[in-house]
Amino acid sequence: MAPGRHPLSGADLDLSFAARDAAMIIAAMDVIAVPVPFLTRREMPESTHDPAGGIISRAEVEHLARLARLAVTDEELDRFATQLDVILASVAQVGEVAAADIEPTSHAVPLTNVFRPDEIRPGLTQEQALSGAPASELGRFQVPRILGEEA
Amino acid sequence: MSTELIRLTAAELAAKIHSREVSSVEVTRAHLDRITQVDPAVHAFLHVAAEPALAAAAEVDAALAGGKAPASPLAGVPLALKDVFATSDMPTTCGSKILEGWRPPYDATVTARLRRAGVVILGKTNMDEFAMGSSTEHSAYGPTHNPWDTTRIPGGSGGGSAASLAAFEAPLAIGTDTGGSIRQPAAVTGTVGVKPTYGGVSRYGLVACASSLDQGGPCARTVLDAALLHEVIAGHDPLDSTSIDSPVPAVVEAARRGAGGDLRGLRVGVVSELGGEGYQPQVEASYRAALSTLESLGAELVTVSCPHFRYALAAYYLILPSEVSSNLARFDAMRYGLRVMPAPDASAEEVMAATREAGFGDEVKRRIMLGTYALSSGYYDAYYGKAQQVRTLIARDFTAAFGQVDVLVSPTAPTTAFPIGEKVDDPLAMYLNDLCTIPANMAGNAAMSVPSGLAESDGLPVGLQIMAPALGEAVMYRVAAAFEAARNAADGGPLIQRVNGLEATV
Repeated sequence: MAPGRHPLSGADLDLSFAARDAAMIIAAMDVIAVPVPFLTRREMPESTHDPAGGIISRAEVEHLARLARLAVTDEELDRFATQLDVILASVAQVGEVAAADIEPTSHAVPLTNVFRPDEIRPGLTQEQALSGAPASELGRFQVPRILGEEA
Repeated sequence: MSTELIRLTAAELAAKIHSREVSSVEVTRAHLDRITQVDPAVHAFLHVAAEPALAAAAEVDAALAGGKAPASPLAGVPLALKDVFATSDMPTTCGSKILEGWRPPYDATVTARLRRAGVVILGKTNMDEFAMGSSTEHSAYGPTHNPWDTTRIPGGSGGGSAASLAAFEAPLAIGTDTGGSIRQPAAVTGTVGVKPTYGGVSRYGLVACASSLDQGGPCARTVLDAALLHEVIAGHDPLDSTSIDSPVPAVVEAARRGAGGDLRGLRVGVVSELGGEGYQPQVEASYRAALSTLESLGAELVTVSCPHFRYALAAYYLILPSEVSSNLARFDAMRYGLRVMPAPDASAEEVMAATREAGFGDEVKRRIMLGTYALSSGYYDAYYGKAQQVRTLIARDFTAAFGQVDVLVSPTAPTTAFPIGEKVDDPLAMYLNDLCTIPANMAGNAAMSVPSGLAESDGLPVGLQIMAPALGEAVMYRVAAAFEAARNAADGGPLIQRVNGLEATV
């Protein structure tokens, strides 16, 4: 790779928050592998869909909460299931638009290959990177156990 | 003296400070006193930084006393900063329990530019949690109250910033606008709010809601003040890859020119889809009066159709939650923020789930789940993919419209400020507040709200939205300033001077 070149195209990548978090990630790199629940495309279980109900069932909402790492209560599930169903019924009207041949817009202002000079500049100190940590030890992030009981 | 100071515009305060007629410390102290006096009733601020503000003001005074030129046209003028911008010397909570007390180890670019310009940061303003909401009721720290009527909402998500202006707690504020969070609060508080072109103001250090929509911008009580602040915070930033690398539009010059009141030769597009059913009649009446005013200034009114705007709200509430579900994954109880241990030997995954459950409010949870759903395989094409196509169609509507006219206008919000509690448990009703503001976020072009008058029925402010092409801020500010001058002349003064909801408190 040529010096000063970023390996990725800037087009679909939000580099600004990547840049902001980079210092913290770099600070954590030689420490402990931090599990981050990156929420990309997820499978929705077909079996939980209740065709007699609305667009989304309570079981599906429960599954979504689990995917999103939200330990919701039963009372919340009842409420959110009803509310999400109403919201989805409304937003589903995007389906009315005949847009088969329309290309998607992912960014308001299309930019490609946004680079800045690959220059060394000061990042966060170890102390700064750890300053907001819920727990730290020996200059490292202290995290709960990562493996389950059965592992 | 101090009560007079808080009534002045930022431009007037700057002139007095720079000519050494008053000191920045006096001006800052007057605003801090006002905050002490009225903020218990308004709750615009989550954090007031009295000592750092006075120290920053003293620095400006010392530099001026030493014969130095002001660091910027706004040097020494106080400002209220939305609590979504990272500040190394103040907490940054985004209105969320998950970030309670968090002190970022760095400044946002906007924060740094304000400091460099000698603008005095008074504190951090209240907001809907992570900027999700239209009423500031979704703040984990309690709602902000509208200074026109403290039983009503100040708009959102930037209700704290807008209310601080209307309560004369600050002459300037910073907001962020993802779907209207600068413009709608401006409309319902009788203030001015500007969403610059996407990429016009750096997002570095702005805690992300929806990265492809979020845009910081200026809030003020006059168009000129907004323009002065716009030029301080805007401009290219290499730390934000979506930042636009071209000169900042000359908005101060445009605002000054506009105040002359001549709009002859200008074509103003009236968006036929934004108005009618669902709009409060008094909002419509104020809007019709605003159109007549623009016409009387020489502008030619042209009715313009933007047929895909009717799908903007639906597409927005798919795209925004999708980005939110991804962006807020960073709040994982590991590196910063809240950590809740459901049991002493809980696993990382259990800790994350318990922390996010305790740390996020209802609206944030709803949108995270909605986004997780929209991005799920099997639903992705029907929802997220389709919404992105709608976004293209909205951008095309704007392009076609700006082929015929210089700016577009509409009401900023369909209603005036509603009572606190009225819509908080009805998400869909809340979402409708952003009906007119969302299209500009979807397409990324510039838009702003300027006070158009008071609704006859409830005596509450109404806003006129002015939308311009991407990087078309100059013509937008020109129209806004012309309208403001004409409206004030006809009304016997600025609308904001009629705010009286705090009289009982003061």
